[in-house]
Amino acid sequence: MSGKKPMKMAELMILRIGAKFLIPFILLFALYVQFHGDFGPGGGFQAGVIFAAGLILYGLIFGLDAMKRAIPARAMEIGMAVGVLLYGGTGVLTLLLGGNFLAYDVLDSHSPMHGQHYGIIAVEAGVGIAVTCTMTTLYYMFAGRGQS
Amino acid sequence: MLIEILLFGLLLVIAVVIMRLENLFAAAMLFSIFSLLSAGLFTLFDAVDVAFTEAAVGAGISTVLILGTLALTSEREYQSGFKPLPVIVVAATGAALLYGTADMPNYGDPQAPIHQHVAPEYVEGTKTKVGMPNIVTAVLASYRGYDTYGETMVIFTAGLGVLLLLGGPRREQDVEPAAEGDA
Repeated sequence: MSGKKPMKMAELMILRIGAKFLIPFILLFALYVQFHGDFGPGGGFQAGVIFAAGLILYGLIFGLDAMKRAIPARAMEIGMAVGVLLYGGTGVLTLLLGGNFLAYDVLDSHSPMHGQHYGIIAVEAGVGIAVTCTMTTLYYMFAGRGQS
Repeated sequence: MLIEILLFGLLLVIAVVIMRLENLFAAAMLFSIFSLLSAGLFTLFDAVDVAFTEAAVGAGISTVLILGTLALTSEREYQSGFKPLPVIVVAATGAALLYGTADMPNYGDPQAPIHQHVAPEYVEGTKTKVGMPNIVTAVLASYRGYDTYGETMVIFTAGLGVLLLLGGPRREQDVEPAAEGDA
């Protein structure tokens, strides 16, 4: 972000090292929330937001250009659509397998309960990808605006 | 009970302080604290998934986006004089909401309409048909899969809208990503 002070936050040692230390744990926690959503609180949406928060923390400390080198804006824009397509594609797959749209029972021919698990994991992954990429894109848009 | 009253009281104090603040950066940070306290309240009411979302979105991402917006605009609020119409609208809406809550069932009442309709089937089916411990995830992703699909589309559309509105100038000044095959 470009405030009135042009000083980079990466020059502050505590911020830099603190962020570098925290970011992997934030991303790991997001993955935990994503894949543990069946058993505890959380799910794709919360995981996506936490993952994006970890990425944005990197951007806040090391600057927008460094963040864009690590995470291309174009990839985030494509990821938005990929997430939605993964969700919708799961629904289309259940249709092709002879069930209703997003009725996951048909995804496993042996056990409907396993089918439910596969379906939920797939759509939660879709939500997670879509939310991560949308939040990161929003940040790119707002933060990139002030650079001109 | 005491801690709920304390948290609600703090929410009220923060809301009044935000209203009177002129420094928008301070207001943004107080909004973040407001969300965090709300998340604490949701946890007390056993709505951990909602609390999680409130903490992650309200206190986290939206604060960052508001700060990003403030960096583009101004730190100070534009002072306009006292206007009676907004006060009347807010007071009337608040009075209507308070009047409406008088008819609501008590907190945790098992006879409440919301616990009579499809909820028993969801609670039962989460164990026997979906087979996972978290009922909220089962309802969101399986029973209400259409709704969640719609919500994902809303997020996608919001991102697309911002991209279309703010994305134009970025393409011209951004040389590096454009070199990798920008459409």
